[in-house]
Amino acid sequence: MKISESWLREWVNPSVSTAELCEQLTMAGLEVDGIEAVAGEFSGVVVGEIVEIEQHPDADKLRVCAVAGNGDTLTQVVCGATNARKGIKVPFATVGAVLPGNFKIKKAKLRGVESFGMLCSQTELQAGDDDSGLWELPQEAEAGQCLREFLSLEDKIIEVDLTPNRADCLGVSGIAREVGVLNSCPVNAPQIAPVKATIDDQKQASIKAGCGRYVSRIIRNIDITRPSPLWLQERLRRAGLRSIDAVVDVTNYVLLELGQPMHAFDLAKVSGDIDVRMAKQGEALTLLDGQEVTLKDDTLVIADANQALAIAGIMGGLSSSVTKTTCDIILESAFFEPAIIAGKARSYGLHTDSSHRFERGVDYELQVQAIERATGLLLDIVGGQAGAVVEEVNEASLPKAASVTLRRAKIAEGLGFAIDDERVLDILLRLGLTLKAQDDAGWTFGVPSHRFDIDIEADLLEELARIYGYNNLPVTSLRADLPILPINEVVTPLARLRESLVTQGYQEVITYSFVEPKLQALFDPNADAVQLLNPISADLSAMRTSLLPGLATALMHNVNRQQPRVRIFEAGLTFVPGGTGPAGLTQEPMLAALLYGDRFPEGWAQGKEKSDFFDLKGDLERLLSLNGPLSDYDFQAGVHPALHPGQTATIHKAGRQIGIIGALHPSTQRALGLEEPCFVFEVEQSAVLGGQMPTFTALSKYPEVRRDLAVVVDRGVSAQALQDTVKEAAGDALINLKVFDVYSGKGIDPLRKSVGLGLTYQHPSRTLNDEEINASIAAVMAELASMFNATLR
Amino acid sequence: MENLDALTNEALELVAKAEDLAALDYVRVEYLGKKGKITALLKGLGKLSAEERPAAGAEINKAKAQVQEKLSARKDTLEADAINARLANETIDVTLGGRGQSAGGIHPVTRTLERISQIFKQAGYQVEEGPEIEDDYHNFEALNIPSHHPARAMHDTFYVDAKHVLRTHTSPVQVRTMETQEPPIRVICPGRVYRCDSDITHTPMFHQVEGLVVDKQISFADLKGTVDQFLKAFFEADVPVRFRPSYFPFTEPSAEVDIQCTQCGGKGCRVCKQTGWLEVMGCGMVHPNVFTSSNVDPNTYSGFAFGMGVERLAMLRYGVNDLRLFFENDLKFLGQF
Ligand SMILES: [Zn+2]
Repeated sequence: MKISESWLREWVNPSVSTAELCEQLTMAGLEVDGIEAVAGEFSGVVVGEIVEIEQHPDADKLRVCAVAGNGDTLTQVVCGATNARKGIKVPFATVGAVLPGNFKIKKAKLRGVESFGMLCSQTELQAGDDDSGLWELPQEAEAGQCLREFLSLEDKIIEVDLTPNRADCLGVSGIAREVGVLNSCPVNAPQIAPVKATIDDQKQASIKAGCGRYVSRIIRNIDITRPSPLWLQERLRRAGLRSIDAVVDVTNYVLLELGQPMHAFDLAKVSGDIDVRMAKQGEALTLLDGQEVTLKDDTLVIADANQALAIAGIMGGLSSSVTKTTCDIILESAFFEPAIIAGKARSYGLHTDSSHRFERGVDYELQVQAIERATGLLLDIVGGQAGAVVEEVNEASLPKAASVTLRRAKIAEGLGFAIDDERVLDILLRLGLTLKAQDDAGWTFGVPSHRFDIDIEADLLEELARIYGYNNLPVTSLRADLPILPINEVVTPLARLRESLVTQGYQEVITYSFVEPKLQALFDPNADAVQLLNPISADLSAMRTSLLPGLATALMHNVNRQQPRVRIFEAGLTFVPGGTGPAGLTQEPMLAALLYGDRFPEGWAQGKEKSDFFDLKGDLERLLSLNGPLSDYDFQAGVHPALHPGQTATIHKAGRQIGIIGALHPSTQRALGLEEPCFVFEVEQSAVLGGQMPTFTALSKYPEVRRDLAVVVDRGVSAQALQDTVKEAAGDALINLKVFDVYSGKGIDPLRKSVGLGLTYQHPSRTLNDEEINASIAAVMAELASMFNATLR
Repeated sequence: MENLDALTNEALELVAKAEDLAALDYVRVEYLGKKGKITALLKGLGKLSAEERPAAGAEINKAKAQVQEKLSARKDTLEADAINARLANETIDVTLGGRGQSAGGIHPVTRTLERISQIFKQAGYQVEEGPEIEDDYHNFEALNIPSHHPARAMHDTFYVDAKHVLRTHTSPVQVRTMETQEPPIRVICPGRVYRCDSDITHTPMFHQVEGLVVDKQISFADLKGTVDQFLKAFFEADVPVRFRPSYFPFTEPSAEVDIQCTQCGGKGCRVCKQTGWLEVMGCGMVHPNVFTSSNVDPNTYSGFAFGMGVERLAMLRYGVNDLRLFFENDLKFLGQF
């Protein structure tokens, strides 16, 4: 909310500077977001009066004015504004004046006619956004008077960013109250005298649940053509509101001053009595801003005998609004329950000054005072006769005056500091609370009708702390029991996996959890990924079921920026439909990596080979071996819609698939616009992080024996299958088995391949003899021959 | 015996001239070996008288020793030369880079998250995590934010369906912790959070660390101390910290925490919008309604909670000037951490 400092100081005027005042507000929880001058910096501008005006001899659009205001004689000024005319008073920048932007006004010649100064618009002085022509000042302005003085432009606009609990400060009165408490100084509210009814007219209103108080009054015979006085327009402008007409201006003024939203209807457009009721489902209403809405039956409306006239507490309707021809009006000042207004404006795509206040809570005892204030101001401007104030009350929809007990001991306990009784009472009473009872233990306070946010003891502690000053309260070190807790050794910390990948050359990335649906489908076409109901944009709308689309996006970003070599990984959740988690989803922590480009960074000692499947697999194997044997994992040739059918393995642990590794399918690669093959893996964190406790095996003192076999088998036979068979057939003495070579080509049947197997034998308690080894090798060969038609090379 | 001197000189000369070990060996065999020329003189001793024999024998042995000594010295020199030659030959440019992979790196957000976690872990806090798609209850209701509460507008929530949202903060993890653990509780909850907002200073996803302490007799002064100590530890500096009253539905009293601008030292600059202060955290005493929702008795226990934006802290710590860089994943950016 924006507030003019001079207006605030009319209410409460502590002897502190603007900066100090703003600091006080900020430190009391009313954060000052900005302090602006109310007008640009300028000097040498006075009130000028156009005394004579005639057409420029050589320019259609220019006129030559004789302007009073600079000394005793008239000054000749050439002016192009269309509203320049005899008799009006306008800002007059005299020769030597400096306008905003350090624009110096000098004597000039325009199409041969001399001009001694310039007549100004609002925008030229940065004192408003009306640039339609000269700024017409009221007639009471005196020619020659300094404009800054006349308009009190030394004022500042203070912008306060209020938290939703402090609706009471959405008016000058509320902020003034806070300033009064903070400085222990009096607050001088303007005297609001009730306006006596001079006519008998009144409208009855029937009110329903949701409306606690409905106050209205008829005012007849107003002259809507009379504009609001400059001081009122200026106050609105400084609060960021434009002047519309006197009726709207006055209701806005009361909103800004007291925080009470008001509305005015054109009496001629209202048939019969006022009916505050729920809208009928589907009822139509054209709003003030021209927007047509279809009402829902959860929305409170102000209606007449025939139709809805306004959405209660949110916005008026067009048909009953005050126009240039209005002469009789009904003023409305109501209290609507926050609960009935909350969320409604948003549901119609609206947010108004009125809904903003009603949603948060308006002082429920303010309505009569506000309507009297508005009537008084209005009659002064547009004349007319006021009818009696009609007040309808629905107790059920009025908040109950709360009372809260504050225990003295709780102050010390909660704040870590005892505040003396006198200060406690001073703070709370100045804030408008009333003392209802007190005893040795503490006090009971009545909560004022403007404070919707106070209803428990903690709220009073906050008020005390806030006014006392958070930074004046003590600081202590937390004291607590420090039990020593167990750490599960079998679970590897994720940080260790990350570090391992980093030392293997991978850079961690963090990508959005929502991805482009097309990309999501490219990597996981079978998953029905969750779509956000309100995505930030269409390309960030699908909740990822895999980390791969995000890695692909990061890869493309870097490839497009000339990175020839990318090794990246990410750890994060995927959102897979199915399961018992919230929204029927499984939110699975995954770890994925991507490899693209050369095997090694460019360097004098490095080859220039491209990475392949086994580079990534090796990196993954090292990761899997961090906290347990690699043999816990099982790689099987597999398929994945986005991956190369001949270069994909599913990864299994304890009989369950826990991940996948492979090359991108050439069509995936093409879809991403990648020139080179790209390799990825994705594994469940829970499987990879779960390791095994190491268990000791005694070291054998006897020699190892190594035998190498080169066996020829069909190309389709997997190394894994060969190794499994060898292990099975070789007996317990086989302690190590390596595939040391794979060869196909010259000298081998084109449909076959040669696989070199290195077998290492060792017995724990004796030396193995040749016969034993030979027997084992023979058994191995026999088994390989029968299973795979293997021959020795 | 004049022959001895001649032979000795001859041998010494050959030793001095020897250019390799083979030449030296030749001298050894030729003069000192079993059939060597000097050795042969010993055989001639028999011709001498018993009186002359010891002196002559000693002469010969002395000559042998002399030749042997020179020969060994020459051998050492030749061997040292050979090693030096080999070393010279094997000298490499050690300033050339090494072979193999270059190191990757940890994302700055992870780095910051881990730093924050480490600070709290050393003070006995546990780390808790939770789902990122949350139900309305845990994200809002249990935190004293009923539907249509104006505070919901502060959150710009992403909806998955009518009852589920992308969590707007990690506070639901606090609720889940209180539902399953008995006080005393000391936890921090790091993780991704989401707000439907995207511009220069907002990304639709970012990271938070929230903390929760529940115990008997926890006061606002404890909260202030904890936050103050954390910030000084995080920035490794005695940064001035101030607390401003604010509003969160789940805490009462609530505070925003500012540190003195790290950029200008409090004088006022563009980073701190001329205020000299930077907002870094929100915190407060746990609202009794939140305790009640999670079955913690507010009459027995009190507690505090705090929350901070990880990207914000990372930006201040490392001087990053654009939030969006964190999620573009440009290797040139990530490689700086
Ligand atoms: Zn600064």
